[in-house]
Amino acid sequence: MSADATTGGGTHGEPTAEVLHRIRLRVNGVQRTAQAPARRLLSDFLRHDLRLTGTHVGCEHGVCGACTVLVDGQPMRSCLMFAVTAQAHEITTIEGIGNDPEAMSPVQQAFAECHGLQCGFCTPGFVTTITAYLDGNPDPTPEDAREAISGNLCRCTGYQNIVAAVSRAAEIRRERRSPGVDGAPVDDSRVGP
Amino acid sequence: MKPAPFVHHAPRTVDETVAVLADVGHDGKVLAGGQSLVPLLNMRLASPGHLVDVNGVDGLDAVDVTDASVRVGALVRHAGLERDPAAFAALPLLRQALRNVAHPAIRNRGTTVGSIAHADPAGEMPAVLVLTDGVVEVVSSRSRREVAARDFFLGPLETTLAQDELVEAVRFARLAPGTRTAFLESARRHGDYAMAGVAVAVEVVDGEVRSARASFVSVTPVPTVLDLAPALGGAATGAPLRAAVADDLVALVRDHVEPEGDIHATAGYRRMLAAELTKRALGAALAEDAEGAA
Amino acid sequence: MSTRQFGEKVQRREDPRLLTGNGRYLDDLGHDALAAAFVRSPHAHARVVDVDIDDAWEVDGVEAIYTWEDLTGRVAEPLPVLIPHPALTHARTGYCLAKDEVNHVGEAVVMVVARDRYVAEDAAQRIRVTYEHLPVVVGIEKARAGGELVHADVPDNVSAHLLQEVGDLEAAMADAPNRLTLDLAIERSACTPMEGKGVYAKWDLDEGSLRLYSSTQTTTGVRAAVAAKLGMPLAKVECVAPDVGGGFGVKIMHPWPEEVLVPWAARNLGRDVKWTEDRREHFVSSAHERGQLQEVTVGFDDEGHLLALDVRFWHDNGAYTPYGIIVPIITATQLLGPYKPGAYRVEFWSLYTNTVLVTPYRGAGRPQGCFAMERAMDAIAAHLHLDRAEVRSRNFIQPDEMPYDHGLMFQDGRPLKYDSGDFPASLAKLKALVGWDDFAAYREEAERGGRRVGLGIGCYVEGTGVGPYEGGHVHVETSGRVNVATGLTTQGQGHQTVLAQVVADELGVRLEDVHVTTGDTRRMPYAVGTFASRGAVMSGNAVALAARVVRTKALRIAADALEVSPDDLEIDDGVISVRGAPGTSIALSTVAVLSNPLRYAFDQSAAAATQFAGTFDPDKPPVADDEEPGLEGRDFYSPTQATFANGMHAAVVETDPVTAEIRILRYCVVHDCGVMINPMIVEGQVHGGVAQGVGGALYERMAYDESGQLLNASFMDFLVPYASEVPHVETDHLETPSPLNPLGLKGAGEAGTIPVSAVIASALEDAEGFPIRSMPISPSELWALRAQHASSAAPPDHVPAQEGPR
Repeated sequence: MSADATTGGGTHGEPTAEVLHRIRLRVNGVQRTAQAPARRLLSDFLRHDLRLTGTHVGCEHGVCGACTVLVDGQPMRSCLMFAVTAQAHEITTIEGIGNDPEAMSPVQQAFAECHGLQCGFCTPGFVTTITAYLDGNPDPTPEDAREAISGNLCRCTGYQNIVAAVSRAAEIRRERRSPGVDGAPVDDSRVGP
Repeated sequence: MKPAPFVHHAPRTVDETVAVLADVGHDGKVLAGGQSLVPLLNMRLASPGHLVDVNGVDGLDAVDVTDASVRVGALVRHAGLERDPAAFAALPLLRQALRNVAHPAIRNRGTTVGSIAHADPAGEMPAVLVLTDGVVEVVSSRSRREVAARDFFLGPLETTLAQDELVEAVRFARLAPGTRTAFLESARRHGDYAMAGVAVAVEVVDGEVRSARASFVSVTPVPTVLDLAPALGGAATGAPLRAAVADDLVALVRDHVEPEGDIHATAGYRRMLAAELTKRALGAALAEDAEGAA
Repeated sequence: MSTRQFGEKVQRREDPRLLTGNGRYLDDLGHDALAAAFVRSPHAHARVVDVDIDDAWEVDGVEAIYTWEDLTGRVAEPLPVLIPHPALTHARTGYCLAKDEVNHVGEAVVMVVARDRYVAEDAAQRIRVTYEHLPVVVGIEKARAGGELVHADVPDNVSAHLLQEVGDLEAAMADAPNRLTLDLAIERSACTPMEGKGVYAKWDLDEGSLRLYSSTQTTTGVRAAVAAKLGMPLAKVECVAPDVGGGFGVKIMHPWPEEVLVPWAARNLGRDVKWTEDRREHFVSSAHERGQLQEVTVGFDDEGHLLALDVRFWHDNGAYTPYGIIVPIITATQLLGPYKPGAYRVEFWSLYTNTVLVTPYRGAGRPQGCFAMERAMDAIAAHLHLDRAEVRSRNFIQPDEMPYDHGLMFQDGRPLKYDSGDFPASLAKLKALVGWDDFAAYREEAERGGRRVGLGIGCYVEGTGVGPYEGGHVHVETSGRVNVATGLTTQGQGHQTVLAQVVADELGVRLEDVHVTTGDTRRMPYAVGTFASRGAVMSGNAVALAARVVRTKALRIAADALEVSPDDLEIDDGVISVRGAPGTSIALSTVAVLSNPLRYAFDQSAAAATQFAGTFDPDKPPVADDEEPGLEGRDFYSPTQATFANGMHAAVVETDPVTAEIRILRYCVVHDCGVMINPMIVEGQVHGGVAQGVGGALYERMAYDESGQLLNASFMDFLVPYASEVPHVETDHLETPSPLNPLGLKGAGEAGTIPVSAVIASALEDAEGFPIRSMPISPSELWALRAQHASSAAPPDHVPAQEGPR
């Protein structure tokens, strides 16, 4: 990566501008570039530098999971990564899982069917987490499902409908994989990130 | 809660890394997984002037299994080690412990070596390292050295690492054939720091306990190993611990641990919990169908 | 025939947008705005001696730094007392920025406005404030002892003292054959929505006007308060709630200092300014709730009938009282639950402490009241060796005693008069759901396996749908689109769906043609807010009434056009037709065209309303004297009193005989919120409420040390439960419609939370055989209690073993 320095210095107590890095990040399959200091958290970079506001910030200490994105397909806390470090990876946000309200992914659709969200603030973190989880565990039991979501906080739903949404999402994934009633092949691009 | 400014270094090799550390280590921190460090930075509880980001350094992400040990490079993520089949076969205790580290999303990024270098008394992997008589491989621009696990930890969040040193890898020693292991911890919520936890390794030969050791999580200022043999006198596999043995075991553990109280649990509770979990872990390890015959 | 929407589990209209990253929460707005950050007091009680901001200017990107001395006009004055009350004799509120004194850790002292939040925090870190320590008062015991004072001019730290009495308590208590006294304690918790507070001020330089976005539960409240503080006419201030990531009460409190300071700074600087609260700030500078100490004395006969109920409690209101004493008033009144108390005396003191403000948190004082009453019920049952459900049922207000007037004043200033409810039926459903009568057998089997289990119960009544009013505005556009606006706000309750269901049914249009806006003063400037489980009751009825106005007008216009009587018409899927003669019809959209006589046809459909179209009678004015143009209606729903929902919960818990770890094996809810518009949404509210209740029973406690430091100001140590800690909730419903409003609705928002601490305490008591009087409880605390009770020979209020179900 190149550092386009604005002004140098950086020792405490002097009026300095921070060094800006030219950060190039592959997000949702698209190469994006923006300038930001090294300390810019990935969560803030996505939200403010790239205007992908679907990823939310709930705590900035890694506990609530609202900021969870997929890094090379694996769920990670974007509030605990720096954008400058994330450059080596492919990032998938909620927008990458599905940005079109008319064409939701299986997990998104399952949430809508099961009333798995109320205020919606924690939801992107759950959707990314569950999307990755089902890729590795396509047929979870309700107990498995509850354990899989036990690293994300939700204050509205009491989790019950989110657990149901995991099972329903697994079902929808299966439904979309098999041909429709009329024998037409199904659009596989909707399945998973 | 945003971190204070820092200069970001992104070395590509270990040599570059230690050269940078020699320069800025006095006012710098190594960034690997960041799952412990970044919260501190975000809360401005730490504001190093330099961050040495080793995520791009070559050659640090290998898990090497030999007859003697499981060697884990500095960039191996908890999740990677947890899933590694060869590591599991060689030393099941690793996965038994790793399952308890925080949540999957944290394990996907956090590194086992980082966790050990961080030396949080509530960390699981330091306890596993000492229980297996592990070794920490340390490198700096001045030297390469190896530190036995029992010598590495000085106090809560304190190790023998100098400011210009990098932990390149750790080696968990493999346990004797026939050793069964178990790991148990109890936390307030799923994934939280444990109120108390224990790792046990029991060597069983011809159905009899030859040796038994335990190390603890959250109830000792540094991870230490407790020899359980004095309490176990003749315990055998497949049978539940006799009451007298159980009482001796509990007394042994209670004497050994030095818990502190906090808002989640009193010291007395943690002491009881450590002993009870040891009993239960031992029971699990001695069960006929126990995981972990090394 | 269009499908009836009311009562259906309609999928939410909000969801596709929110699920696909298209939500617009506060921090998603205003990317180019300046960012604010605050220097907050690290001390719980101190005088502010000096503020040195010089070094902060060295940070590149700082725009402004403000202390109290920079504040102008009414912004420099204390924040308002929102709910005055005669008993609130010593109300105290803070300043937007601390003037001379700080009274809790987290109180704002300096405001920094900078290019972005990172820079603002850099600058804030360089600001040096010199404090002179003052004695700190933390905890109810210390506050009521009165030795140290939070506010020098508030004797004994008492902000309010209120005594209410119905009947002759002294006599009834003296005559009672049995008496018990319980000392109870509940600890502080907090709403902690996943999204903290946030304020974004758009200052229009050209118009001299302010559009204020706030993550608030009351846009009309914020608008009025900010206009007053800034000395601006209402006409120049609008307030809009964007998508809000949860509230649970903390966002009904207003104006927060930041809600005043951010627009004030925006006006000063002529720039947009935004502030997004971070998690630590939320812990130390938002609000908490729940902390009380209680002393309950019950007098009862040998059958367990309550004869006298004497309650004294001490309520921790934190450092200031901007929200008045609503929470303890609710405790005092809702404590009565579904029971006839005999003579009742309740006395409370609301006390200052050097801690964060106390304002409502889901339940808003009801959980504490329910705890007091339900612990007493269990104690009575234990004392008399009676079944705990039986004792409760003997004290129920019976259905034929409704409406039941307790003779007290409720939090809305109106009588505490239960309008409806069938408590015996609710209890029967609960007992069936949980298997109350089978529990003894279940317990026996568990004990044989070395397991320790217990069954608990808790009942509550909830006054919902308080006034003063809410409004609805319904407008049919010429395209057929129906716009609905109500002024209260949304934080996940699904108003866009629920209110659309109501209007779709009232008007006879398709659900997808109805578009609901909430919380925008530009669309509905008269409103109160979302709190006290009032959203569906108030706005549901208001939009229904407004829709009826529109329906009446539409039918009249259609009747004219079709030359029939309005009584012969019906509306289906947006088409008005003659009943039994569907061929004779006119679209609602066409009626909308006709309702507004035009000079200019802005599109083809509008041509029918222009002067030469032949539609209007040339001998009459196009718009009659008593008419208005357009197909729209506005109406308000204003209740005479609250409408009372009720519920009963039961739980089965298991405790580890050695480690005292606690697991909830089953959790059952029976609730009655009257008629339900969308049962799926109601159930979701119950699940969420139970989860917060479980948090409050077993995990969440604000841990203040003696010096007023909040030791667990993060999600690491303030234990909001994950899915692994929350049980699966089994629900059953009862619907006793409210006789008080046109739709028969009662509120449901807080139902899940109210009795949970009582229920869990009840179950733990049942499992352990000793009283549980203090919540929340952790394994460590339960273990210590076990030791305590094991060591004393015969504890005074020991719960003896009983035959059969306890």
